[in-house]
Amino acid sequence: MRRYALQRGLTAIPVLLGVSVLVFGFIHLIPGDPAVTMLGERATPEKVAEIRARLGLDRPLWEQYVRYVGRVIRGDLGVSIVRGDPVLTDLLRRFPATVELATAAIVVAVGLGIPIGVASAVWRNSVVDSLARLGALIGVSMPIFWLGVMLAWFFGVTLRVLPTGFRLDTGAAFVPWTNFVIVDAALQGNWRVLVDALRHLILPTLALATIPLAIVARMTRASMLEVLSREFIRTAEAKGLSQRAVILRHALRNALLPIVTVVGLQIGHLLAGAILTETIFSWPGIGLWVYESLEARDYAIVQGTSLFIAVIVVVVNLTTDLLYAVVDPRIRYD
Amino acid sequence: MATLEGAVGHPAAVTNGGRSPASAAWLRLAASPVARAGLVIVGLFVLIAVVTPAVHHYDARTDADLGLRLKPPTAAHPLGTDTLGRDILVRIVHATRVSLGLAVTAVAVAATLGSLLGFLAGYLRRQVDLVLMFCMDILLAFPATLLAIAIVAMIGPGLRNSLFAISLVSVPAYARLSRSAVLTLREQEFVLAARSLGGSGGRVLVSHIVPNSLPPLIVQATLSVAFAILESAALGFLGLGAQPPTPEWGAMLADSYKYFTSGAWWAFFFPGAAIMLAVLGFNLLGDGLRDALDPRLGPG
Repeated sequence: MRRYALQRGLTAIPVLLGVSVLVFGFIHLIPGDPAVTMLGERATPEKVAEIRARLGLDRPLWEQYVRYVGRVIRGDLGVSIVRGDPVLTDLLRRFPATVELATAAIVVAVGLGIPIGVASAVWRNSVVDSLARLGALIGVSMPIFWLGVMLAWFFGVTLRVLPTGFRLDTGAAFVPWTNFVIVDAALQGNWRVLVDALRHLILPTLALATIPLAIVARMTRASMLEVLSREFIRTAEAKGLSQRAVILRHALRNALLPIVTVVGLQIGHLLAGAILTETIFSWPGIGLWVYESLEARDYAIVQGTSLFIAVIVVVVNLTTDLLYAVVDPRIRYD
Repeated sequence: MATLEGAVGHPAAVTNGGRSPASAAWLRLAASPVARAGLVIVGLFVLIAVVTPAVHHYDARTDADLGLRLKPPTAAHPLGTDTLGRDILVRIVHATRVSLGLAVTAVAVAATLGSLLGFLAGYLRRQVDLVLMFCMDILLAFPATLLAIAIVAMIGPGLRNSLFAISLVSVPAYARLSRSAVLTLREQEFVLAARSLGGSGGRVLVSHIVPNSLPPLIVQATLSVAFAILESAALGFLGLGAQPPTPEWGAMLADSYKYFTSGAWWAFFFPGAAIMLAVLGFNLLGDGLRDALDPRLGPG
């Protein structure tokens, strides 16, 4: 296992290097002089010279790249052109809000998607199956920004039962410790803030969870159908085990492997989907920050966040592969 | 986005009752309610996109009537009006051509380029395969939406740049799919037979391998159009796609969603419904095509 983990880990290094080349190249996609375009109306000769010097734009490309990687390794993802703050500092300050939202979305997607997929497979071609399949198809076809607006309008404006923006009601006296508001509120025993935070989390979570929920349900159904047709299931049934035991202990446990991979793959999509969801619900995470930086042409933020998310995706994929090998020993010997 | 690696066509497996594989597949497609629903929806949108400019002239630059701002649906304006008093139905109908055109073109570019790279990688193998697939792995390290947003943010907003970004992020799926098709097919008996009869490498690739790897690529292309419609709408929604006053579904939503507190639901409901319906149509058709073109996969 250790050898497999080492081999698989080593393959991530060239991918990470490739990712860094691509993200480094982003700045060179900017038409004209990147320094002038980046500064826009804020461009003064001094500022242009400062940006050019910082990015080393007058040096050979390979040297610019080496300097870029050197800075990234030291934790320097650049400086916001609008506010002058280090990108990594702001990113880490805002990241907990996005993690909170993405985690809630994954919990909903897995918590509902797996039971729906199992029910769909067990009662194949029944009304339950047809409804589940249609629902999943609508789910994967859903523009989440539209769903978000519809949820906000229906539950926030028409029914007035849920808040439609931010993480807490304005005026809530609360000093978070870690920026994970729900965790902080629970740790501080502040139940009023905890309930308020959970209420704010509901609508953005529903919007963000829809596509992964549909994908997990489809994958679970397909995986369960495949496992249910195997010999060992017939053996378990022939032994006289209850249907519940066959489905949960024998079939689902074996069907879970591909589902783990699919859930792992959804992490990156959730972080990208957060850009749309956070924009609608004014959720102060990295998604809303990227949207604001698009409007302000703050390229350093787009560049830094892209690198940050791509690294997370590579690490999550690596972890998923290793988890897969832990659960299924056959993978290690392929 | 769904991937179909491993679902490579087997020419001998798809002939039933003496029918050609194509007509057998068409019969299966026509028999599937899922595919029929998809065909109807897609056909409707294509019809709207093709016919509308011929029967109705629309100039987005002069279309505005602030006196009719955010009016609810009436007989005169069946889907209501938007923030500039423009008829939403007219704009949705004219946006069909923009949104669908962008998605289909992006998929055509991505499918052509990606398949070409995949065929080359699968056929030439060795260093070419290694380098090309490494490049694809790097592109796949980014969530597609994020990469498309980042690219358009850098090169500047607009339809053409959105097209470029969506095409680029869609390339890896085709490259991987066509590569895996070549790797499977090149060891099949009918390919070995063609080669032993003296067929050159290029001829075997073009006449035998490419045609037989088309089914999964066609399915992928249909599903990719759905994905491309969603992506282009997302870019439009973020202000990176079509620029005002061009009618485009995502941009129409961006114009109107901030008014959801005012209760003007029609301004954002209908453009979003158009996006969802079009995406659903292509997803239904893609699912139906997958079942029809590869009977071994079965319905789900």
